[in-house]
Parts: sequence; C-alpha cells; structure tokens
Amino acid sequence: MQEPLDAAPLAFFRIGFGLMMVFAVLRFWLNGWIESLYLEPSFHFSYFGFSWVNVPPAWGTYGLFVLCGLSAFSLALGYRTRWSALSLFLSFTYIELLDKTTYLNHYYFVSIIAFLLIWLPAGRYFSIDATRCGERARQFVPRYTIGALRLMVGIVYCYAGLAKLNSDWLLEAMPLKIWLMPKSELPLIGSWLQLEWVHYAFSWAGTAFDLCIPFLLLWAPSRIWAYLAVVVFHVLTRVLFPIGIFPFVMILAAAVYFPADTQRKWLKRLSHLLAKPQWLTANKLLWRPRRPNLLAIMLSCFFLIQLLFPFRYLLKPGELFWHEDGYRFSWRVMLMEKAGYANFKIVDPDTGQRFYVDNSSFLTPFQEKQMATQTDFIVEYAHYLEQHYQEQGIAQPEIYVESYVALNGRQSQLYVNPDIDLTKVDRTFAPADLLLPFGDTIGGL
Amino acid sequence: MRFLFSLLILASLLSYSSCDDDGGGSSTDNFDRAAMLLSWADQVILPAYADFLEKSSELQTSAQALFDEPDATTLAALKSSFAEAYLGWQSISLFQIGPAEQVGLREQVNAYPTNTDGIEANMQSGSYNFELPSQRSRQGFPALDYLLYGSAADETAVLDRIVNEAALREYILATSERIHQLVSTVRETWVSSYRQEFVSLSDNTATSSVNRMTNDYVFYYEKFLRAGKVGIPAGIFSGTPLPGHVEALYNKALGKQLLLAALESAQGFFNGLDNSGVAHGNGFTDYLDFLNTVKDGADLSQLINTQFEAARQAINNLDDDLSDQVREDNLLMLTAYDELQRNVVLIKVDMLQAFNISVDFVDADGD
Repeated sequence: MQEPLDAAPLAFFRIGFGLMMVFAVLRFWLNGWIESLYLEPSFHFSYFGFSWVNVPPAWGTYGLFVLCGLSAFSLALGYRTRWSALSLFLSFTYIELLDKTTYLNHYYFVSIIAFLLIWLPAGRYFSIDATRCGERARQFVPRYTIGALRLMVGIVYCYAGLAKLNSDWLLEAMPLKIWLMPKSELPLIGSWLQLEWVHYAFSWAGTAFDLCIPFLLLWAPSRIWAYLAVVVFHVLTRVLFPIGIFPFVMILAAAVYFPADTQRKWLKRLSHLLAKPQWLTANKLLWRPRRPNLLAIMLSCFFLIQLLFPFRYLLKPGELFWHEDGYRFSWRVMLMEKAGYANFKIVDPDTGQRFYVDNSSFLTPFQEKQMATQTDFIVEYAHYLEQHYQEQGIAQPEIYVESYVALNGRQSQLYVNPDIDLTKVDRTFAPADLLLPFGDTIGGL
Repeated sequence: MRFLFSLLILASLLSYSSCDDDGGGSSTDNFDRAAMLLSWADQVILPAYADFLEKSSELQTSAQALFDEPDATTLAALKSSFAEAYLGWQSISLFQIGPAEQVGLREQVNAYPTNTDGIEANMQSGSYNFELPSQRSRQGFPALDYLLYGSAADETAVLDRIVNEAALREYILATSERIHQLVSTVRETWVSSYRQEFVSLSDNTATSSVNRMTNDYVFYYEKFLRAGKVGIPAGIFSGTPLPGHVEALYNKALGKQLLLAALESAQGFFNGLDNSGVAHGNGFTDYLDFLNTVKDGADLSQLINTQFEAARQAINNLDDDLSDQVREDNLLMLTAYDELQRNVVLIKVDMLQAFNISVDFVDADGD
C-alpha cells in the first residue's frame, strides 16, 4: 500500500480526464443541451434532499458550464490542481443536481472521480503546479493513491457485471434482444444482430467482460489483451447505442491499470512532443499526506460507501426494476428497457369537475419519458400539478394517474395504483401500495 | 498509437465477422427496413396523395363552377365534392413528415374550430394572405365547412348569401384552391426530392425515416385522432364538454364519417394497407410479427388490431353529428375516447418498445 510508485498514472489520468471533460462540456454546449435540458423546461425534477438546487438564470447556467469547462482545463494542466478538482466537482455536480431527468451513470462517475482527485496528489507531477513551484514536485507517490483510482474503476465494472446476473439478462437476452434487432441496417454487423444466439452471446459476453476485466487488467500477462478488449467492447457499445462519451471515458479510465513505469514512458514521449522535457518530474522525492489519518479515514469511508450503497435496494421489498428505488448510483448501466405512459386526472371535489392533463404543456418529451417509468418522478410531478391547479383556482385538487409501464419487452401493465390520490402521497416516504405489483419475477441480483 | 492500433484490430474483427456472415446466408432472417420504407413511400403515401389530389382538384372545379354560376345545383355539387375531399384528407393527414411537416400542411388544411369572425373580416376587407400564421384558422376544410353550411341561419339563407355575395364565393374558391395547391406542392416535393431521402434513411437513429414516421404516426394518433376529434370536444382536457370543437361542426352529418375514415387510415397504415385496402406486407404489424418471432411475447399486432375494432364499435354508436352527441349524451363520446385511449398505451409504450424507438426529439445521451 505504501510502496512508492512513479506518479505517472495519476498525472496521465488527470490530464486525460480533464481534457475529456473539456470536450464533454463543449459537446454539451454545442448540441444545444444547455438550452433544451436546463433553460427551456419550466419545471425540473429534483433529487431527494436537493430541491434547493435551482436552475439559475440563463447567464448563470452558461456561467456554470464555463466554470466547469475551465476547471476541467486547469485540472488537465495541473494548475492549482486540488482547487481545480474541487471546482470541477462542485460545478459539475451542481449541474447534475439541477434535474434528475438527465441522470446518467457516467455523469455520476465523473462526479465521483472529480471528488477523488481533490484528495489524491494528482498535481505534483507533470503539471504547472510542479514546474511553477518546484519544491512541491514529487516523482513518487504511495501505491494506494493510484490504487484508489484502480479500485474505483474496478468497482464500476464489477458492479455493472453483478447487476447483469439476473434472469432477464442471462436467460432471455433481454433487453439486448430489443436493442439489437432494429439495428439491421448497420453496415457489416447489421444482419448478424438479428440472430438470437448473437443476443445471448452479447449478454453473456458482456457479463463476463464486466466481471473479469478489472482482474485481467491487474494481471500483467493478460493486461494488454484485456485493454484491447476494453477498447473493442466500448467502441462496439458506442456504435450500437446512443451513449455519448461514456465509452471514451471508460477507455481512458481503464488505462490507469497500466504500470507506473509504462505510463512514465508515455508522459516522457508527450513531454518530448511538446518540447517541454522539464515537465517530466524526476526529483526522486516521495509525496506524503500532510494529515495521513484524515486521508485514511476519508478514503476508507468513501470506498465503504461505494461498496455498500449500490446494495441499498435490498432494504426495499419488491422488484428493483419495477420500483427503481435504489436503481440509480449503483452502476446499473444499460441494463433494462422500460417504457411508460402516464395520464394524470385532476378532480375538483368541490364541483365534481374532472379532466386530464396534457403533459406536453408542462414537460419536455424527454422529461415526460423519464417521468412515466419512475415512481419518484410521478409523485413529484403530481405535487407540481397540485400547486399549479391550486393557483388556477381549484382549492383542493385530487390527482390520480393512469400509468402503464412495459419492462424488458413484457406487455405493458398498470403501474401506479390509479385509485390513490397522489396529492396525499409523501414525496419521501411513498406508501407500499403506491405501485401495483409487478406480475412477474426476475431472478438474480 | 495504441488507440489507433486497437481501432484497426476492431475494424478488421468486425469486417471479418461480416464476411463470415454473408456467406452463411442468414440475411433471410432480416426484416428489411429499407423495403418497408420503399413500400410506405411508393405503395402507400404517394398513391394516397395522388388520390387526394384528384378530389381536391374536383373541389376546386366545383368551387369555380359555383363562383361562375351560383345556384342550388352548383352549390349541391360543391357540397358533395367538399365531403369527398374532406373524407379523402383523413387518409393523408397522418403523413405529416418531410415537406408536409415543413409547410405545416395539417395546420393549414384542417385547423378547427375555425375562426369565423376572422373569415368574415377577411371577406369584408377582401385582402388576405393565407400564408401568414395568423391565417391558419381562417382557411382549409373547417373554413369551407363554415362557409357552405354555417355562414347563415339555414340552408336557404346560406344559398342566398352565396348567390348575393361575390366576396363569399371568392373566399370559397380561394380556400379550395389553397388546399389543392398546398397538397400539390407537398406531393411535388415528395416526388422530386424527398422520396429519395425518405427511403434512404432506414437505420435506427432519431433522424431515420422509420423512427420519424413511427413517431409522427403515434403523434397523429394521440393528438389529432384521439384528442382532437374526440377527447377535446368531450371535455377530457377541459372538464367541461366543448361541442363547438368537433370536426365539421356546421355540416353536422359528416363528423362521425370523418372520424371513422381517420380511424380506418390509422389502422390501415398500421397494417401496411394502401388506399384501396390492399396489404403489402410492410406495415407495423408485419414488423411487430417479425420481432415477435424472436422475442416470443404477446401478440401485440393482434392486440392493437382488436383494440382498433373496439374503438370502431364505440364510434359506430355515436350520432352522425358529434357536436349533438357531446351535448345530448357525452357518455358515449367518453366511451369512444376510452377505447381510443387504450390503443395509445399499446402503440406508444409496447409498440415503440418493440421497435426500440424513443419518443420524438429526445436528443440526449443514454447509458
């Protein structure tokens, strides 16, 4: 754990991650998503405990993205590295907390990594910090600092693999069957994706890949082949699914498993390429944490939470895929296909008047899509509607929802209990009978 | 370097596997999405436009005859071409894609309730530009409906107005010509350029033709057929019935027929039928059946067709005059709405999931 290693993996990871995030922010901006996901919607779904996070006015929202991009860039350069990591963590996380409609596992991954980089000595090597004040430069770091990143990446893969150990995925090849079938027009592999055994092969291979890859990357003899598999796997997912930059983030993140000496050679080549050989830190000094106990406690707590939090769903009875209580923040990546439809009925008990809501007057199609399959969204939206219709003059509206959800190709069925007045349902502690039972069982984890 | 190397390996792996596959002759297992698009364009959509244009041309001719020689005979002839053309419109209304979407065809040809004050004001001033967005509810079939059936107290009074007011006859003519001209332009653009684009985009992305046409279909069924023709007049979204919001409000005899025609077109397209009812084996139903042979789930195409039938039954129970139906016995209208609603779930949730098509214009990453 304490064995000194060349700090190249930390520096290489920092540079790659920072640049990737600069690219991600630019891409987000140029795709017009700042407007369409944050500024255009009149209502946003908030995370439990974070309803105080509100979308700032347009200049503020754009400013947030500028801050996020600049933080990522200065992190890549290693300029005031910890402050950059902190600023990236806060700005990026704040953006993610604005609306849970946009939740993606890889956004969570970005937040987590930015958080880790606040604590790790990523700026002491091949960085502006290290060249600016040379006495802060450190060539070596204790092994556990690099190990922390490797462990985090390993958790992502392993947990994604564990989540695939369920009967839908392994025995029905669902949802890959649904996802692959319509790809018949892809060049080269299109017709192949129509074959049932291919769906099973992809399901099983994907599971085996996720479960084994961290170990194969750790083991020197298999490392190069494992990394090749990482590249093939993620490029393939990029071709098949609309998953943005996630594959590239993971291809980059998995490089952290290469040995420190190898990564030092990459950085040496980079320093020659940039004609800045002095950037390659070579002072043979070892970094030591100023408060080792604090760091030890921090990292232990962090990883304990990382290991346990994804299993919180075990505390909640019922099928996780159905109620989704505990689905987020647990590396359930591309795991199920869920589609829904929710039709809200407003009843004015004073007049007996009843009518249905046109969701498109309140939500974007994307928000409506996410809302229709997730209980917490449905309840939050119902409370928003309650407030809206109270302002419209209905003193005590009752709100009911007729919602249907289809999961992994099963026929759609009633989802939320249509007889429950949602205005009476607490946002944090929903009653157990709020959801109608899922008429099937999915075995496994 | 390493990345480049890896990509090269990947590319060669992929091309190797596909060569292997071509030799295996497994392509017979494929549902041919490109063929589906060809069939939609050449066997369904373009013939439907051609059929409609015959009717709208007839409408134009009748309007000209009435303009030249206003009397009971020419008016009766125009009314009959109007009904024919309005019914014909129901089979192209759902193709709001490409050029039709660009010009906003549906919004100009069939926006109701029509703006009767605006129409009267237009006639009074004698100058109007139908291209302006403000004029969308002062033209199209609903405007003709008003002019031919509702512009005076009763049938004779309408005839009197038509005989005596050249401005009114001119408005009828201009409206008829506008419908024909709009649809002609859309069809010409289809033939000259859009067809090529439409049939070539056969992949499964947000902008591909299969996905867009499917989304447009769902949107039409949900917003225009279910809500526009039945739900809104029945007061589903307002709490109080709105009998003035039915289609063909003034004609009174046509409303239910238009609704039935629209339902038939929607079901017809679902089953890959052309305008004369011939199946070409390339409808949603065929694609669903194909996917189901692999997925082995519920027979969705049959469920949806059964539900179409149930909706038709419920609509058959309605009065010819839907406005009257809403006023007299809205319960039947609500029942028809419920039956239409059930298919929204099957089409929008189950069918879209089977096709792996996400709801329109959701342009964001997934994970």
